Amino acid sequence: MEQKGTWTVKKGFAEMFKNGVIMDVTTPEQARIAQEAGAVAVMALERVPADIRKEGGVARMASIKLIKEIVAAVSIPVMAKVRIGHVAEAKILESLGVDFVDESEVLTPADDKYHIDKHDFKVPFVCGARNLGEAARRIAEGAAMIRTKGEAGTGNVVEAVRHMRTVNEEIRRLRNMSDAELVTFGKEIGAPVEILSQIRELGRLPVVNFAAGGIATPADAALMMMLGCDGVFVGSGIFKSKAPETMARAIVNGVLYYDNPEKLVEICEDVSEAMPGLDVGSLETRLQERGN
Amino acid sequence: MKIGVLAVQGDIREHAASVEKLGHNTVLVRDARYLDELDGLIMPGGESTTMTILMKRFGLWDKLKSLIEHGMPVYGTCAGLVLLSKRVTNYPDQPTLGVLDVEVERNAYGSQTESFEARLRIPILETEISAFFIRSPIVRSSSMKVEVLAKYGGTSVLVRQGNVLASTFHPELTDDLQVHQLFLESISLRRQGAKA
Repeated sequence: MEQKGTWTVKKGFAEMFKNGVIMDVTTPEQARIAQEAGAVAVMALERVPADIRKEGGVARMASIKLIKEIVAAVSIPVMAKVRIGHVAEAKILESLGVDFVDESEVLTPADDKYHIDKHDFKVPFVCGARNLGEAARRIAEGAAMIRTKGEAGTGNVVEAVRHMRTVNEEIRRLRNMSDAELVTFGKEIGAPVEILSQIRELGRLPVVNFAAGGIATPADAALMMMLGCDGVFVGSGIFKSKAPETMARAIVNGVLYYDNPEKLVEICEDVSEAMPGLDVGSLETRLQERGN
Repeated sequence: MKIGVLAVQGDIREHAASVEKLGHNTVLVRDARYLDELDGLIMPGGESTTMTILMKRFGLWDKLKSLIEHGMPVYGTCAGLVLLSKRVTNYPDQPTLGVLDVEVERNAYGSQTESFEARLRIPILETEISAFFIRSPIVRSSSMKVEVLAKYGGTSVLVRQGNVLASTFHPELTDDLQVHQLFLESISLRRQGAKA
């Protein structure tokens, strides 16, 4: 008897991405560049976060045509984004045969109250989180993979660092809690007790945890790996840089050798100009505040 | 024994944990010079395209191929099996190590929504295990040199050829250590054979 879309099948697939880089692409050509650079998956979307930020308007799921073209262009898995709470977009992507769905704050939220019930899908989901409470709520809803929210489209890694550090710190506190303390902690951060117990036992999230939102250089990628991320999403950082192919390759290499400074010197030597960055303090829209 | 886990990309941690639970030491291999000191190597699941690119980029590919050809015991799961194979039927330009005489079709069951778990009987172990097939390859043909240790849905899912063991499924995602044990025991047996 075959069972599709079980929890281990979904969570296990995310495990296969570990130590890898997942790259945002907006054309089949970019998808091929990403694959040749060594990406473990590509994220199909109409506009990278930096452009969404600049152009404004409602950002939605990518067109079916674009997703199909990208699927046809590469052998690696293809992910696509849906708006927070947009069950219909998610059902469409599942039916289309996308490999992973990102319920993402980078797109304009469709539901200001609820996220998608992700247990109801065979396709696995990744969701963003700024802290342990958000991560635990998303896992409770069925997310098979977590990523930091960071602040997408800024080329500024500070928010991703803040989110990863926050999760790490909260897990360290959790490790020493008694059962009674855990219940109160769960109430404070709005996290289900069962998920928190699992995290306390493992000393980490029960699913793969990637970095995302503001990673623009191989050194940024290495920094996030040093903080304990399992891998890295790069959005605008590649195709908004001066030489995308070189940058893509260098970020892949940076994730592999994040703990080897000599290798990192060689890797960083290859890259020219990264994308222009934004000061997070001056932003009009903070994407990370969408969905909680 | 000292068992290496190829650590360029994929579910490295799960394989290392399985080997350590069986009482052996593991080395995470990102650098070709660590290959020499190993009693055996595991090639994890992950993305075979990515793993190939990185192994070639950082000088692991040729050395690993040569060591396996000279008898180093190796166990590959899923992407690991693709790398060990002779040829990828649906991506004929994809380079492979060519040390396992099988032809494989990558992602042969379809996209992730077609990934599945199933009970799998493994006659050689006289057991049945939970097997996870995640965007798995299918072995489309194999030569007489290849021993079929388990089949699912009419195709070979666990195969062996001398020092090379490979599965299209992921035993490392479960707590069941029997397939890893089979690999480790075959290393000891081959050593005893070599001595005798």
